[in-house]
Amino acid sequence: MLAYIIRRLAYALPILLGVNLLTFALFFMVNTPDQMARVQLGDKHVSEEAIEQWKAQRGYDKPLFINTAENSEGLLTDTIFFEKSARLFVFDFGKSDEGRVIGADISERMWPSLAVALPTFIIGISVNIVFALFVVMFRASAFDTAAMVLCVVLLSISGVFYILGGQYFFAKLWHLVPISGYLAGTDAIRFLILPVIIGVVAGIGGGTRLYRTLFLEEANKDYVRTARAKGVSETAVLFRHILPNGLIPILTSVVVVIPSLFMGSLLIESFFGIPGLGSYTLDAIQAQDFAIVRSMVFLGSVLYILGLILTDISYTLVDPRVRLS
Amino acid sequence: MNELMSVMNELLSIKPVVLWSDVLIYILVASLGLFFYQLSKNPLARQRWRTVFHSRAGVASFIVILFYLLIALLDSLHYRAPLEKTEGSDEVHYSQEVHSVLDVVLTELRNKDEKTYSAPFAIYSFAKENMQTDDGVVYRDFPRLANAGQHLADEADHGKDVFVRSMKALLVAAFISAVIIGLHIAWRQRQQRQQCSRGLTTQQTLPWGTIYLTQSLLVLACCWVLELSKVYHILGTDKVGQDVLYWSIKAIRTGVLIGTLATLLTLPLAIVLGISAGYFKGWVDDVVQYIYTTLSSIPGILLIAASVLLIDVYIETHPEQFNLVAVRADFKFLALCFILGMTSWTGLCRLLRAETLKVSQLDYVQAAHAFGVGHNRIIYRHILPNITHIILIALVLDFSVFVLAEAVLSYIGVGVDPSMASWGNMINEARSELSRDPLVWWSVAAAFVLMFVLVLAANLFSDRVRDAFDPRSA
Amino acid sequence: MELLQVENLSIELLPGKYQQAGRLLVKPVSFSIRAGEILALVGESGSGKSLTSLALMRLLPEALAIRSGRVQLAGTDVFDLTEAQMNSVRGRMAAMVFQEPQSSLNPVQTIEQQIGEVLRLHKGLSGAALREKIISLLHEVGINDAEQRLGWYPHQLSGGQKQRVVIAIALACEPQLLIADEPTTALDVTIQKQILELLNELRRKRQLAVLLITHDMGVVAQMADRVAVMRYGEIVEQAAAREFFAAPKHEYSRALIHSLPDRRHFLSAPAQSEPLLQLKDVRVWFAQRKGILQRVVGHTKAVDGISLSIGRGETLALVGESGSGKSTAGRAILSLEPLAGGELYFAGERIDQLSQRQFLPLRKRIQVIFQDPFSSMNPRMNVRDILAEGMIALKVEPDAEKREQRLQALLQRVGLEVAHLDRFPHEFSGGQRQRLAIARAIAVEPELIICDEPTSALDVSIRGQVLQLLQELQQEMGLSYLFITHDLSIIPHLAHRVAVMKDGVIVEQGDTEQIMTAPQHDYTRSLLASVPVSPV
Repeated sequence: MLAYIIRRLAYALPILLGVNLLTFALFFMVNTPDQMARVQLGDKHVSEEAIEQWKAQRGYDKPLFINTAENSEGLLTDTIFFEKSARLFVFDFGKSDEGRVIGADISERMWPSLAVALPTFIIGISVNIVFALFVVMFRASAFDTAAMVLCVVLLSISGVFYILGGQYFFAKLWHLVPISGYLAGTDAIRFLILPVIIGVVAGIGGGTRLYRTLFLEEANKDYVRTARAKGVSETAVLFRHILPNGLIPILTSVVVVIPSLFMGSLLIESFFGIPGLGSYTLDAIQAQDFAIVRSMVFLGSVLYILGLILTDISYTLVDPRVRLS
Repeated sequence: MNELMSVMNELLSIKPVVLWSDVLIYILVASLGLFFYQLSKNPLARQRWRTVFHSRAGVASFIVILFYLLIALLDSLHYRAPLEKTEGSDEVHYSQEVHSVLDVVLTELRNKDEKTYSAPFAIYSFAKENMQTDDGVVYRDFPRLANAGQHLADEADHGKDVFVRSMKALLVAAFISAVIIGLHIAWRQRQQRQQCSRGLTTQQTLPWGTIYLTQSLLVLACCWVLELSKVYHILGTDKVGQDVLYWSIKAIRTGVLIGTLATLLTLPLAIVLGISAGYFKGWVDDVVQYIYTTLSSIPGILLIAASVLLIDVYIETHPEQFNLVAVRADFKFLALCFILGMTSWTGLCRLLRAETLKVSQLDYVQAAHAFGVGHNRIIYRHILPNITHIILIALVLDFSVFVLAEAVLSYIGVGVDPSMASWGNMINEARSELSRDPLVWWSVAAAFVLMFVLVLAANLFSDRVRDAFDPRSA
Repeated sequence: MELLQVENLSIELLPGKYQQAGRLLVKPVSFSIRAGEILALVGESGSGKSLTSLALMRLLPEALAIRSGRVQLAGTDVFDLTEAQMNSVRGRMAAMVFQEPQSSLNPVQTIEQQIGEVLRLHKGLSGAALREKIISLLHEVGINDAEQRLGWYPHQLSGGQKQRVVIAIALACEPQLLIADEPTTALDVTIQKQILELLNELRRKRQLAVLLITHDMGVVAQMADRVAVMRYGEIVEQAAAREFFAAPKHEYSRALIHSLPDRRHFLSAPAQSEPLLQLKDVRVWFAQRKGILQRVVGHTKAVDGISLSIGRGETLALVGESGSGKSTAGRAILSLEPLAGGELYFAGERIDQLSQRQFLPLRKRIQVIFQDPFSSMNPRMNVRDILAEGMIALKVEPDAEKREQRLQALLQRVGLEVAHLDRFPHEFSGGQRQRLAIARAIAVEPELIICDEPTSALDVSIRGQVLQLLQELQQEMGLSYLFITHDLSIIPHLAHRVAVMKDGVIVEQGDTEQIMTAPQHDYTRSLLASVPVSPV
């Protein structure tokens, strides 16, 4: 088991290196720091000096990979790649183009993100599983058909409309919850209810449909027939045989997103004014702050790869076929 | 006669503009044609498509998608109209604005700008203005709209007028539909008689009732829109007084194109890499797996955001390459499609690799090896035809995903160019409108309805396609 | 007293998405079973025998329904019961054993849970009593170390053990009727014999009525007291087993019985010439990787040093159970699998070191026929393209017109029609497809054909025809066959010599008659002992 985890981690390294190089190429080679400076400074006719100064302030005035001006020590380290990209491996995100420390911002803003994303994730999955089981219980009936049509309708609606609709009805028309905003501590609950509900509702269509398919796939397997031939009642077949088997693909497929929950949701956070990492990223995108976007790309990849590793581990935990072989 | 001549002259004097995305949509339509031709040849594929089109939901959603595609196609025939000749110069100058054939169809909607917001079917503006009575007294009230309801002699007739015109549209639509359906039924009966005389048994027929109904509803919608838009703003006007319906129809092209091109642009990459990995295995497989794991480990939305930012930088620093607004928007649009495709091809590549692995283990591929058939030929004759269903399913499944994604991306500010009509841009603008009092709901509603119909049709259709082609569900 | 009485039972496929009217899959059938009796319901795939058994338990899939009939089990009418009452019949009065032991157990429950479930349900057992009962059941079905295996999951057991567990579940509540649906089809012959013996013994001990569903006449001969033959949803003949084998009345029954091996007549070996194909100590190994760096820590020795030879016009049968490495050996001869060692000679020339390009001329001379007629032809190509592919690739007949004539002649030779050239594979039955596969192989006029279980996916009545065709072609064209099979029963008709393979090595080889009548090796003997024999 330990050897397995170590091997998975070792596999992750070249991938992270690839991500790192790719983002580096995107941000510093496809576009030169000169061009970034020009866009940031806004004016098309900025002076060379202003550009140089802008670059110098942010450390973009160094050579890309090899600094021939430096002696052996700084040959590789005093470069843009080392300073801006390689340092990401130790989670040293440096400073944003505005001069704020990105690492501090991230550690501060990931908690509100988690406060929204975690309940949405847990409640969402539970609700979807319950709905899917309910539909499977009445499979091949008119209820099943109607539920599936409803699911398709629900998943054909853009998430934006769920948010707009929710805000309008719950907050504006009925004044049940504040329209947006955030407070730390227990006061947060008031602000979290609506985003969580909307996050859950927006996922019902797709989730229920997917889980129903997974459960139905199990329901058609031979061991279910064996269970029926034993004289097990239909309900017991569903809960004792289909559910535990169907949960395996469901659980292992959702594990991959768990680490990424820290990243928050761009849409929900910006609509509801929650100061999480999602809105942080969005603000950076809109302000064209390349340093932050770069950091978030790398962080996102790290969390995703972590999720993949967790997925593999979760298989060995919940599936006896994998655990013991 | 003279009139005809002048129309001809005008037609000849326009300057066609072909944007890159236009070329791609022509290719798309051509390949659809080719696809149907191929379909008529392979009985196995035909049988599977038959199950798709024999389901009522399948055929109805297909017609709706075709209708959207038709609008997108009309909106992709672009031209620049000539400007009035300046005196003393023989040189023809062309308008900086690029129009499409759809704009000609929708002339009624396009050239009727108001000053600001107005509600659907309204004849008064949404905002009060300072006005003067004939005798010079200044007062504040809602002004009449410049291009809506001007023909009404009595304002009280407003509701009645809408109803009468709707009825008229209904009659026209009923007539057109009746003609089309009548002709088709006559043609079908002739076909059947011929088949009977040749002794062929009639096959299970398509659900024609559903087809007729869908078709009639679409005709009705067209007639109604064209009739009422002559004198009203059916879906109101936006902040700067432009007709909302016009812009939401113009947004169809963006939606349809983004749904198809995003997958199509990166399809060759997914196919080549996926098949190579699954067929050759070994180090090729390792490299391909490394590439797609790396790319897919970057969260999609962040990759898109980062790439779009970089494209913005490119456009801003190379203004000389983008002389027209439409060209710039088109470049950005294609880049966006490509980037969207980049975030999704890895999934398809993974599926194709797995399926190729499976197919290349099958006996018929082994038999081909035993006959000494070359790799290229094996891939072309044996592997590719037997994994096309995966590509097809991915295409139809991704379509609705991308249409929905466009709205979100435009909202975030990394979507299509703000000058381009798109549902995402409409929603983005609608954000401030929703906090107004009274509520300005119509632009967001227009975007919602048109987008919902397309995505729902696409989802229903992709369900049927998946049912018919996915061996697991068969 | 009849325990089970089935009267005029018919089953229909309900009208659905793809068809307008309902279709009768089982036409009214009637039969009965007494306590302690085994009734064999015999038929080929699609004859409706499994549906009949599911209908008895009211376990038909949703698309199917019982159209008419009455089923009486120990005096109660099964179709009159409510679903809840039915649940107390299933597993307690009547139990089932299914074909596929790999999938018929719940993969995430332990053996104890799965056997325990049925006991808890019908007997209300729990705690130590339950555990004790489970252990005694496991002992009864012949699972050793029952105490240790209680906590095991299905995937830790072998196929035979799994089937024993399924039988234990079925017998846990002492049912009076056992329905066994192809209980041994998925198992290797040696295991098959053990399971059949177990069933027979339990039947005697417990006075079980058994409905044994099978397509294998050997199993019928060994087990049945009475036989009912089913075809196209109808029972065409019903008789006591002895009578049935002595004087089958229906023509189809005769065809079925005829498919049993005749052990008295053997092919005589053709005059020995120099060998066409020769294997010397051939080894095919697959690397096993382990650890952080995925180093090669060992090898799976699929083929571990086999030597054999085939003469011109000769058939060598390579016999072995699944996993013995016989198919891998065939693939190695075709150069589809690299050798780890040893030498291969074809017509006197060494061929194992040739590159794929150098091997090309040999592809014309060595051909192959695969087991599964459904996957051996590209479903997207029509018959013409399939047959012509090899001729074009190997430049056998570059001229299109002559090639077309050859194709037509080929189709007629294998018993198909010229009009079939434009059809696609899915339009053919399994037997026809296998004829196509034969036509494809002989299209390039090979000298040696590797037949990898060419008949094991076919129904018995078709099997004989395909084997007959192969033999005719051998005589006409002087072909040599390497016939890879697990089915000993077809060998006497077919093979001149036999090589028996186990765990990657050949344990015994010799003339067919000698191997079949006087086997030297223990494994060969146990294989032969497990082949069912016609009682007549």
